[in-house]
Amino acid sequence: MNRQVDVLVIGAGPAGLAAVIAAKEDGIDNLLVLEREHESGGILRQCIHNGFGLHRFGEELTGPEYAQRDIDRAAELGIEIQTDTTVLSVSHAREVTCVSAKHGLQIIQAKAIVLAMGCRERPRGALGTPGTRCAGIYSAGTAQKFVNLEGYMPGKRVVILGSGDIGLIMARRMTLQGAKVLACVELMPYSSGLNRNIVQCLNDYNIPLYLSHTVVDIKGRERLTGVTVARVDEHRQPIPGSEIEFDCDTLLLSVGLLPENELSEGAGVKLSPVTMGAEVNDALATSVPGIFACGNVLHVHDLVDHVSNESFRAGRAAAAFARGELDDMEEIAVRDGEGVRGVVPQRIRKGAAQGVDLMFRPTSVYKNAACVVTCGEREVARKRALIFTPGEMAVVSLKPDAVAGLDGPVTVRIERS
Amino acid sequence: MHSDIIIVGAGVTGCAVARVLSRYEADVTVIDRGADVADGASKANSGIVHAGFDAHPGTLKAKLNVQGAQMYPDLCEELGVPYSQPGALVIGFNEEDRATLERLVDQAEENGVPGVRILEREEALALEPQMNPQVLCALYAPTSGLTSPYEMTFALADHAALNGVKFRLSEEVEGVVRGADGLWHITTDKDEHTCRVFVNCAGVGSASLHNMMGGQPLRIIDRRGQYYLLDRISKLPFEMTIFQCPTKMGKGVLVSPTVHGNLLLGPSAEDIPDELDTSTTAEGLAFVLEKSRLTWPNVAVRGTITNFSGIRAHEEKGDFIIGSVEGCEGAYEAVGIESPGLTAAPAIGEMLGGMIASEQNLRKKAEIEPPYQRKKPFHEMTNDERAQAVAENPLYGNVVCRCEVVTEAEIREAIHRPVGATTIDGVKRRTRAGMGRCQGGFCSPRVAQILSQELGISMLEVTKSGGESRLLTGTIHDAMKGETP
Repeated sequence: MNRQVDVLVIGAGPAGLAAVIAAKEDGIDNLLVLEREHESGGILRQCIHNGFGLHRFGEELTGPEYAQRDIDRAAELGIEIQTDTTVLSVSHAREVTCVSAKHGLQIIQAKAIVLAMGCRERPRGALGTPGTRCAGIYSAGTAQKFVNLEGYMPGKRVVILGSGDIGLIMARRMTLQGAKVLACVELMPYSSGLNRNIVQCLNDYNIPLYLSHTVVDIKGRERLTGVTVARVDEHRQPIPGSEIEFDCDTLLLSVGLLPENELSEGAGVKLSPVTMGAEVNDALATSVPGIFACGNVLHVHDLVDHVSNESFRAGRAAAAFARGELDDMEEIAVRDGEGVRGVVPQRIRKGAAQGVDLMFRPTSVYKNAACVVTCGEREVARKRALIFTPGEMAVVSLKPDAVAGLDGPVTVRIERS
Repeated sequence: MHSDIIIVGAGVTGCAVARVLSRYEADVTVIDRGADVADGASKANSGIVHAGFDAHPGTLKAKLNVQGAQMYPDLCEELGVPYSQPGALVIGFNEEDRATLERLVDQAEENGVPGVRILEREEALALEPQMNPQVLCALYAPTSGLTSPYEMTFALADHAALNGVKFRLSEEVEGVVRGADGLWHITTDKDEHTCRVFVNCAGVGSASLHNMMGGQPLRIIDRRGQYYLLDRISKLPFEMTIFQCPTKMGKGVLVSPTVHGNLLLGPSAEDIPDELDTSTTAEGLAFVLEKSRLTWPNVAVRGTITNFSGIRAHEEKGDFIIGSVEGCEGAYEAVGIESPGLTAAPAIGEMLGGMIASEQNLRKKAEIEPPYQRKKPFHEMTNDERAQAVAENPLYGNVVCRCEVVTEAEIREAIHRPVGATTIDGVKRRTRAGMGRCQGGFCSPRVAQILSQELGISMLEVTKSGGESRLLTGTIHDAMKGETP
């Protein structure tokens, strides 16, 4: 054992930074953050576009500006962040093994751990798209890293598969940087990105969005020379005869994000097959005592403001656990109802004396609908919205008195009007 | 440029022959059109060390398969190549299949393969409970093994290079003629070469070379096989390689662990017109999935991390053709090396290399360099070994590929091996950086940077797999100068 800490946070992206700041502000001094990259800030470092922080700060920041506020705050609080440090394993008993060139191999015992490793992009292989395995096929985030952090262009004529937010952002970014973006192709009949990104990144630049289409062939022996796009039927199967050929040297993939939970699995944390992140209660506690999870490693968010909020709570809960103040309580299950996928948290502590935000993805597009939370026959919360769409995470809040009154499993569903 | 011996083809066969010839006093050059060794069929196959029950007794395939399989455990140990021997099942669903399996058992005995027997349903299912319960019986071959085909090829090439063999990659042979001077004259897209002894190990390109030399015309059928590769998980559904009953197109679709702990499904078998067309197709992949379901009803493609294809060089008559080329003095060949070519390669090396050495009166070198010893991969080390490794070389502390836990030290080492990596794919196959579930999404920019530093080239010159497979098309500043459309 090299070292013992009260709260150890894995990842210094927006989730990890918020968690550690909250833990420190809650009175914990023996803290450590482990970050695999050379600098803190996580994926925000390469998100140089604006639109971050509207909810939390009431202003529009770029990704690096948003991250810098937390980095500065952490520095102000004297929080130790070891960068260039990769965690190799986390045990059920909260023993963390990590390695870095500077500190060598370290084994650290933590009273509480916050998992904040973020997510990764689904690669081409996960889609099973046939064709060649040539150069010029990148996940949108990899392309973003090349352009924004390294200063290189990954291509000149671009097709984007998937309408996830990073893909949309990169459509605009590549265009501004002189590339020709020929199309954005989405398998589903709706976009999986935020509406504002469709407007500001595609429509404003006359980039066509092909809904209910997919890439069915990838061509080029060495570098990509083209892709074939086809319309899909209601079962998402390509329709013969609907093929469109695009002459391009680059295919960017923005086809989903997956929470990166290899370390969590190693620690025996129970994962949800729906969110692919840990199953947690309203205190962000996983199935393993003393291990908490927040941010995109828990479930993939659209807005960093939500990540920060969630992570503040995780940091405070970890601090309470480290002090021995987080009591076990009876828990109530939260279930996905009609039109709802992957509600987080999956459990609410019966005696939680505070309100709880329930977050989820709608399974389809619902216009003029309501999200309804019930406990048995009883309705405990309702939220109306002009639109619920899978591309935007929905949040419905349970007030403290509603939480106090829960006496059985809770179901969240969408009700068409 | 003159060499005593030129080998065309840096696949597992060519490298095995080169390694045997490197024990003799001769200048040996290996030429390949690929940017790396193992760039053809040797990088994209099932990675099975076949026990040897399915080749017809009396054929070269049978003889060299069994010999090669026997050589594998020690050779892998010597060269530092991963190898395991989980055994294999060939499963049958009806009485007709049982007859086929019984014939294979007889064949195994004739070929000299130990321990092959028929298991009844219950016994087979007890060994592999995830298997289709409809199974009637299975052939069990305890000596069936797994290896990493490209790592075997790299190790053979490295050992050959340490003993003086030169490798000329990204160089394509365009003409081969025997001159009036008694030498073979080889024209490539880069150079003119001469040699006394010419060895054709060119895989799918071997028939055209053979015909160019003036041998009795041969025809290679390019038979593509498509695969799905699934993510590494702690508990794979199968421990053994599960084959279905063979057909005339080959051994059929298998479901097998890889030596690295992934799961492999495939291959399909389609004869195609283009020997370089390693694309996958919707039909081919659907075929693999459907056939796999017969072995594994709960086949889960959710964990798929990639699909790929390789091309087998199937010679029309069906057997390996190995030896001197009739009517072409000083010319040798290994043609039609399809499955079990990987298994047979070490034996082919000894057979063909030995034949060349003896017929050409080559003298044995007094001393031979031992194989290149790659350090133990970081992810396989114990924590004490890791601490030690970082203390000795801090670059072991920089994890570049997070999915497969590959460090900067290992990536730099891969570039400096005797036949080192020069491309992203070359690094990937030597270190596993980029082989994991994110498929290089996170690490490829960093790997590109390390390649550019170590090779002394610009980032714009870094390629995925040689040729025009550049990763980047310019800097953002170039782009703003209006040099792009």
